[in-house]
Amino acid sequence: MEKSFIVSSSPHIRDNASTRQIMLDVIIALIPASLAGVYFFGPRTLMVILVSVLACVLSEYASRKLMKRSNTILDLSAVVTGLLLALNLPPTAPLWMVVIGAVVAVVVIKQLFGGLGQNFINPALGARVFLFISYAGHMTNWVIPGADGVSSATPLGLLKAEEAAEIVFPSYKDLFLGNIGGCIGEVSAAALLIGGVYLVAKKVIGPEIPLAYIGTLGLFTWIFGGPTFFAGDFLYHILSGGLMLGAIYMATDYATSPMTTKGRIIMGIGCGLLTGIIRLYTNYPEGVSFAILLMNIAVPLIDRYTVPKSFGGGKAVE
Amino acid sequence: MLVKNFFKGGAKVPHFKNTAECETVKMEVPEKVRIPMLQHIGAPCEPCVKKGDTVRVGQIIGNSDKYISSPIHSSVSGTVTDVAPMLYAGGIYVTTVEIKTDGNQELYEGIKPPSFSNSNEFVSAIRESGLVGLGGAGFPAHVKLSPPSGKKIDTLIINAAECEPYITSDYREIIENSWNVISGINIIMEVLEIDNVLIGIEDNKPEAIKEMTRVAETDDKINVVKLKSRYPQGAEKMLIYATTGRKVPPGKLPADVGVIVMNVNSVSFISEYTKTGMPLIKKRITVDGPSVKRPANVEALIGTPISEVFNFCGGFGIVPKKILMGGPMMGIAQFTLDTPVLKHTNALLAFDETKAVLPKEQACIRCGRCVKACPMNLLPLQLNNNTIKENIEELNKYHVMDCIECGSCAYVCPAKINLVQSIRLGKAQVKQAAAKGGK
Repeated sequence: MEKSFIVSSSPHIRDNASTRQIMLDVIIALIPASLAGVYFFGPRTLMVILVSVLACVLSEYASRKLMKRSNTILDLSAVVTGLLLALNLPPTAPLWMVVIGAVVAVVVIKQLFGGLGQNFINPALGARVFLFISYAGHMTNWVIPGADGVSSATPLGLLKAEEAAEIVFPSYKDLFLGNIGGCIGEVSAAALLIGGVYLVAKKVIGPEIPLAYIGTLGLFTWIFGGPTFFAGDFLYHILSGGLMLGAIYMATDYATSPMTTKGRIIMGIGCGLLTGIIRLYTNYPEGVSFAILLMNIAVPLIDRYTVPKSFGGGKAVE
Repeated sequence: MLVKNFFKGGAKVPHFKNTAECETVKMEVPEKVRIPMLQHIGAPCEPCVKKGDTVRVGQIIGNSDKYISSPIHSSVSGTVTDVAPMLYAGGIYVTTVEIKTDGNQELYEGIKPPSFSNSNEFVSAIRESGLVGLGGAGFPAHVKLSPPSGKKIDTLIINAAECEPYITSDYREIIENSWNVISGINIIMEVLEIDNVLIGIEDNKPEAIKEMTRVAETDDKINVVKLKSRYPQGAEKMLIYATTGRKVPPGKLPADVGVIVMNVNSVSFISEYTKTGMPLIKKRITVDGPSVKRPANVEALIGTPISEVFNFCGGFGIVPKKILMGGPMMGIAQFTLDTPVLKHTNALLAFDETKAVLPKEQACIRCGRCVKACPMNLLPLQLNNNTIKENIEELNKYHVMDCIECGSCAYVCPAKINLVQSIRLGKAQVKQAAAKGGK
């Protein structure tokens, strides 16, 4: 043979999608929420975000180098993890704690389980819960937007504050825009929704999980969240806490969510129910992190029971 | 004109129908042809000529007594110079008859229009013609046209979807020979007593839709169905669903839901064959791709080395790095230009280095795009995982054998995983395990 040709299996063409582009889209989608965080909580917030992203990327690079695996920082997944971790931290988070969170997220949760796509829980959420349990004080040190260092409770915290004599609940407008206490990236429902619409429009995520999640929580808190049945302030619940951030950006994490539409709806409903139960019936004001982590663990099971029938209605070979 | 159902999934592939306006040009008789004894799905033929024999155009040079097989004819007149195994893409050796042509193209004396008065005689005439599905798969046409007894066929579907990028072979047949298509359809309708014919064409070929609608206008039993342009619209099961709303269950045949599907070139051939008796010895081929100097639609004799087909189209501009027989989604990469044109070759594509080298595989991120793209409703990523683990039980649980290998999953995969390759391997593992008597 004078000429050598490449032989490979079909198909011989591929579309332009890439892991890197998907990650880039997620980063773009998180920019409004990040900016909102910086706007409401001041420039130090930017520091938290940068440290988190940098620590995640370095952890990814170093851990893979140490394990003699290929360098994967260019797929940008570590940037996404870093960004999500920062947005899940209070603005007052000490930087050393941010670094610890980053290492836990990338090294322990992601790389030790096989790297991208293999982690069984969402790295950023897992790290957040790790920090929450290890440094409860730092993780619940909330501040009011604008007023430097003035402590405050989160909107959901107010719901659980039974002793306080006079509680002023934030307005829906403040909840929607983000003029409230909370984690850096969770406060502005508006900013999160803008990014969510972008992700759905770019087909990076399907709308199934966010809609099922938010819808279920809304329904649950409407039915059980008030003094009588069907009297709960569901809008307050939907706009508060980490729901938007969790439903749009965390519960939809590819590696830790089901792969079929049916499975994804089950995932969303499960997250909504667990969040509602935790918010209404436990000591914790907020339940999004725990709900998503619990559903993450259930994903292999959901996948197992939602194997679709082949086109034409074939049965599984038993 | 009807616009019907649409299958779930698939991929939005580029069309690249660059040769749509290229009228078919006939290639001269090559000096030498190599005709393999297997150009269809089924049993290979036994050669019935030997070195030194003289053969004429249309003479049978290979046949088989097996039902699912199709006789092979000489496409030229000349002298047999060799009968020997030759290696083909896919790694199989096939006995191949090499004929040095004499350039006279003398017809074999036995060639005359077939006579038939019932469906059995018709079907055996079709077998004699050597016709196989010209859409690309090469399934013997006489088998398709003789449904098992007790299965009532009520609809004939003509496949002119041509959903593969680049290929315009079916399109040219409609533009150039629409009356042949209609007359072929009429023959099948009459012999098999079918009252309903649906011609499926993707909506990216408005001229073809217009032309077929025009010639079918007088017959209200023949209707053109405008199909959404989405790959793999021309896959048999997808086409049947799109045109009739019927779903062929896994492991079943179109006849099980009362339909026969024929490629537009196949029915056109049937019309020609009943007029002349000339068996299948030539084929229209779309020659395209970035490396080809003058993309064209070429009518070539079966057995012509593909190197000569490319030369006929001006040779290569940019150095080719990948040669495909068939479309880019399901075509087969060739390792040599000595490979001959086959009965069901509908395209020859030459890709330069930038198109030939596929991106490197990365880790699966479980995005689920392959799941959304699969027209068969399978979970390609799970099939891939279980192929790697050689887990036969799980491969069956995820219906590996239902995969039609259309390539939609691999096309959309952002991690660029070679899913089809992996699934083919998985199928082989399942077959091997079954042969061993395992589960």
